[in-house]
Amino acid sequence: MAGESVNVDQWRTRIYRYRLLGGRCRECGRAFYPPLPKCPYCSSEDVEEVRLPRQGKLVSYTILYSVEEGARRESPVIVGLVDLGVARVVSEIVDAEPGTLKSGMAVEAVFRRLYEEGDEGVIVYGVKFRPAPENTS
Amino acid sequence: MHNPFKAGAGIHGWGAYVPVYRIRASEIARAWGWPDHQWKALGIEEKAVAAPDEDSTTMGVEASLNAIARAGVDPSRISAVFFGSESKPYAVKPSATIIAEAVGATPATMASDLEFACRAASEGLRNAMALVSSGAMEYALVVGSDTAQASPGDVLEFTASSGAVAFVVGPPKGAAALVEAAYTYVTDTPDFWRRAERPYPSHGEGFTGEPAYFHHIESAVRGLFEATGLKPSDFDYAVFHQPNGKFPLKVALRLGFKPEQVKPGLLTPIIGNTYNASALIGLARILDAAKPGSRILVAPFGSGSGSDAYAVTVTDVVEERRLRAPRVDDYVSRKIYIDYGTYVKFRSKVRVREGL
Ligand SMILES: [Zn+2]
Repeated sequence: MAGESVNVDQWRTRIYRYRLLGGRCRECGRAFYPPLPKCPYCSSEDVEEVRLPRQGKLVSYTILYSVEEGARRESPVIVGLVDLGVARVVSEIVDAEPGTLKSGMAVEAVFRRLYEEGDEGVIVYGVKFRPAPENTS
Repeated sequence: MHNPFKAGAGIHGWGAYVPVYRIRASEIARAWGWPDHQWKALGIEEKAVAAPDEDSTTMGVEASLNAIARAGVDPSRISAVFFGSESKPYAVKPSATIIAEAVGATPATMASDLEFACRAASEGLRNAMALVSSGAMEYALVVGSDTAQASPGDVLEFTASSGAVAFVVGPPKGAAALVEAAYTYVTDTPDFWRRAERPYPSHGEGFTGEPAYFHHIESAVRGLFEATGLKPSDFDYAVFHQPNGKFPLKVALRLGFKPEQVKPGLLTPIIGNTYNASALIGLARILDAAKPGSRILVAPFGSGSGSDAYAVTVTDVVEERRLRAPRVDDYVSRKIYIDYGTYVKFRSKVRVREGL
């Protein structure tokens, strides 16, 4: 019971991070990630939660050689823009050698560690993307 | 035939996961300057290495999603999630709830992490079968997953690898494989352990082979034979816990099985010992390919020590189920080779001091 009190605000967003849920606007029909109370395109508040496709295409990416604190073991970190058809998401691209990435390549969602709140805090999990097997076979 | 299950239980879906990264045994030997004769007898070519953002929970999620896709079951109908691992990301806080939440089985479900070295997931399988067969629930999810730790330069470093497996257990009707019988054999044996707050395991001198692995697996399998009247020739496949490439073939021979029965489920030579997934990922690979009607002997083992022997029969629905998720071999053939330096970086074998 006792023990250090640590910030765990990420708990509120776990379901959409874990299951790749996005928002969809009933007014303009567009989907977005993460889900928001208001549509980012038309500001309507008539939004619902939807399961986003787990397969998509890599639109573009950038490679970070100077990584955030706590992520040194993962250096270099690849961040990509992924088109899921109904929505675009910004995500880390994992299990890829930087030289093999191409814009337009198929990627798929995976469940990974996003970050840790230091050595004592919670481990925050969520979706990232990796090259889909059809790229390698 | 003797059947310990009242109503019976079966495997509705199975799923595996193997990380993409591989290190060759020869690369580990190179780093430590080991001559061939010191490691070649292990029967290991290469092992799977988890990426730095992977742990036993993340790997368990992917295996579970594959198992649920194969079962074709709405995850809200899963009423128990059992997670077997000896490399839990948290010392206190269940991985089972994270997995249950990620796959959509929460909140009306049992969820717990089990500990019994490499056979915790198998204990989960026995629990799941008992709960389903008693009518207490319709479906249960069992996950075995490990990012196995080995002290740098220890012989274990050649084999300790990463991988996961999951099964959706449910009623006999609609199952892809029926569990006909199970027999468990445990004793207090000091073959291998890891003390609290210690990063790497220890093994009892002279204890890992005969009094632990061989004695417990042979006793469980003979117990199953005695209870059911089955014999080695009644099985098409036999899959044993695989701490290295040699032990499973040796225990098979001693029990009267032929190497042809063992080889389809033998994965350690190409991915290493995945601990809680070791024998069970072998079962998953057999289910990926076995013909309906095939009978499989499955015998996981865990240090400390214990073994379960299962007789499993494949049903007609196995063929359409196997198309619903990637096969074990799809994961085995996806690979990126890394050198020893990258392996050390990935698995935290160097302390990185950040953010001063
Ligand atoms: Zn809108």
